[in-house]
Amino acid sequence: MEDCLAKKMEITVSEAEKRTGRNAMNMQETYTAYLIETRAVEPQSEGQCAPVDSLWRRYSEFELLRNYLSVTYPHIVVPPLPEKRADFVWHKLSADNMDPDFVERRRIGLENFLLRVASHPVLCQDKIFYSFLTQEGGWKEMVNETGFQLKADSRLKALNATFRVKNPDKRFTELKHYSDELQSVISHLLRVRARVADRLYGVYKVHGNYGRVFSEWSAIEKEMGDGLQSAGHHMDVYAASIDDILEEEEHYADQLKEYLFYAEALRAVCRKHELMQYDLEMAAQDLTSKKQQCEELATGTVRTFSLKGMTSKLFGQETPEQREAKIKVLEEQIQEGEEQLKSKNLEGRDFVKSAWADIERFKEQKNHDLKEALINYAVMQISMCKKGIQVWTNAKECFSKM
Amino acid sequence: MEAEGRVPGPPLPPPSPGGRGGAGAEPPAGAPGAARGPLLAAADVLALDDEEDDLEVFSKDTSLTEVNSFSPSVPISPSSMINQYKFEDEPELRDLFITVDDPESHITAIETFITYRVVTKTSRGEFDSSEYEVRRRYQDFLWLKSKLEEAHPTLIIPPLPEKFIMKGMVERFSDEFIETRRKALHKFLNRIADHPTLTFNEDFKIFLTAQAWELSSHKKQGPGLLSRMGQTVRAVASSVRGGVKNRPEIFTEMNDYVEIFSQKINVLDKIAHRIYKEEREYFNEMKEYGPIHTLWSASEEDIADSLKGVASCINKCCKATEKRMAGLSENLLPILHEYVLYSDILMGVLKRRDQIQGELDCRVDALANKKTEKDLFSEEIGKLEDKVECANNALKADWDRWKQNMQCDMRSTFTNVAENNLHYYEECLATWESFLASQTVDLHVEEDS
Repeated sequence: MEDCLAKKMEITVSEAEKRTGRNAMNMQETYTAYLIETRAVEPQSEGQCAPVDSLWRRYSEFELLRNYLSVTYPHIVVPPLPEKRADFVWHKLSADNMDPDFVERRRIGLENFLLRVASHPVLCQDKIFYSFLTQEGGWKEMVNETGFQLKADSRLKALNATFRVKNPDKRFTELKHYSDELQSVISHLLRVRARVADRLYGVYKVHGNYGRVFSEWSAIEKEMGDGLQSAGHHMDVYAASIDDILEEEEHYADQLKEYLFYAEALRAVCRKHELMQYDLEMAAQDLTSKKQQCEELATGTVRTFSLKGMTSKLFGQETPEQREAKIKVLEEQIQEGEEQLKSKNLEGRDFVKSAWADIERFKEQKNHDLKEALINYAVMQISMCKKGIQVWTNAKECFSKM
Repeated sequence: MEAEGRVPGPPLPPPSPGGRGGAGAEPPAGAPGAARGPLLAAADVLALDDEEDDLEVFSKDTSLTEVNSFSPSVPISPSSMINQYKFEDEPELRDLFITVDDPESHITAIETFITYRVVTKTSRGEFDSSEYEVRRRYQDFLWLKSKLEEAHPTLIIPPLPEKFIMKGMVERFSDEFIETRRKALHKFLNRIADHPTLTFNEDFKIFLTAQAWELSSHKKQGPGLLSRMGQTVRAVASSVRGGVKNRPEIFTEMNDYVEIFSQKINVLDKIAHRIYKEEREYFNEMKEYGPIHTLWSASEEDIADSLKGVASCINKCCKATEKRMAGLSENLLPILHEYVLYSDILMGVLKRRDQIQGELDCRVDALANKKTEKDLFSEEIGKLEDKVECANNALKADWDRWKQNMQCDMRSTFTNVAENNLHYYEECLATWESFLASQTVDLHVEEDS
């Protein structure tokens, strides 16, 4: 991790700004731009901090970066971006992309994304990534010049297409199954959490109604008045306390969301491997059939029923010259095919090796992060309980003095 | 008419001499209810079953004289009132213990109804036995309440649970409905037992002690329909006139108080129900929340324990919230509801006082110009004046008592609500803290290794 960029450079997404501009179809659009600030970690000279470089990027550029990384490093579990549209919202939260709270949480998410990439042993060394952080103009062209879009396999876009792999790698199958389960369980959890938050909000806020009624009631009571009035005040405090509590919980939800999207990245690696395996098997199959053809032509025997064999029987045999020519072509193809198969096999083995290395790294990171998130959740609950105890202790005292 | 299919109880116990002997000094404000005199008299009248005889025994005049036992010659002093407060606040001085339980369904050709078991334990002399067990239906409670109101128009008679509950679509005979009603009926009888005047009411005693057939025949007596109608007509007439004109300041203050109190208590009742509803919805979501973490732990290795720990915490908090809800529905909701009903009762009592005043004012105004005939009617006016004064004094005393009790009830109920919430948060805190401790131990172990 010594070469990791995150150690050498401080990266923040410090601001978000609303912009208007014209899009590709020359229509006016509003979007948010994010300010990326970078600074070398070691100070240039004593007592002086390195100068801050900054540039603005919008979400679509982040998307472009991530697509590039996904295609260029298919064996890496590439960190996910924060959600494009607000999802798993409970009623108080806005689903509007321009809502300041959503923008703020997205800013944090984008910063987190950059830090994840910058601390990844492989990804942090990528030049395109470095330019994304440091080069304002011409970056888009630079990315497109890499021609990564051509490398992108369109078959991967069909998410549900299955490739019938004859000898699937058991580990990858298990991993894909795990990533599906992880996605399913986290999205279920997030949905229920949002509903729980909604209900909790309701419970707290209704208590706020006590304050006014107690106050009005206290006006007609002599002895009870003071107790009622002060109790009402505590009920107001109680009702107001839920806003901060739930805001903090949103950050916890965001932490879970990151791993929801990470599950997708994990699945993508499995799919790429599946595709590779499929191509490998197809190439091997093709080679075998070509070899067979060659043998049949050479020996003149039709070992297996084939339409070609039939047709040549029906329409007359070929001349020996024709046969020779065919055999020569096939032999060339076979040689080519064997070389390709060899390199594909090597490619496959390399892929599996580096993929598993990254998957192990990812697993450790995931376990560490999720455990921490769960602990943070417990800390938040404890804080909420302590606040509740304080308020109700005060209220109890007021009530007992009524 | 209830066809109970039960064996009628033993015949009426022999009457005790002098009706209520042996009870010691009667409390100054005490007065028997409309069924005056020993039970034997009632039994005699039973045999006659004659409307006119009913009228004789329970005519308007005699009901007046019985109210007159509130006569000004027996001062209603603050100190004597204090003795009655003690009666409520110190249960050790109580000599009448009542429980309402064991709801039972009865099905007849005509109707289905519920009876409740009413058990009375007492050391009072005027009760022939120290323990009674009877079964009563809602109708019987209604009858008792109306008898008490009749006998004591300006006393605050405790509320009965409503006949039906429209909102919430609670089915008439659902378990929840029956239980809520049972608790309220229990409260009703106990409030009467604790009331310094009402506790000695004859109808109350009959209600607690008479077998079903005895009660139903006793019920048949009472001021005839005609006289009751007469009272109502007169009451309406005088209420139109007011009784507001010469209303003493204190009762106007009471009226103002009750108006505002009624508003506030109704709003509080709504708030409390809303809180209960929100807590229940929260509970429903929480029930699903914990198990998801358990499900997740099944596909994890390293973090499975943490996930299971969180699941367990959430499930425990879920149970704690159920307890909190139960506390609300057992305590706060019934009390607030009772006081919503009380606010209507207070309005009614103030109106009746005004009506009684109105009768007097009406008469006075009518005779204002007939100077010569004034003497002829002075007795009548005197009686009415006495009636008004008694009514006012009774109400004032009962009002103070009611306010004391209300303050006490509100204090203890809301304190209880606060305690419930405290227990809830304390329980949840302990759960999460123990989870956190288990996790940080693991972390330290990991760091060391």
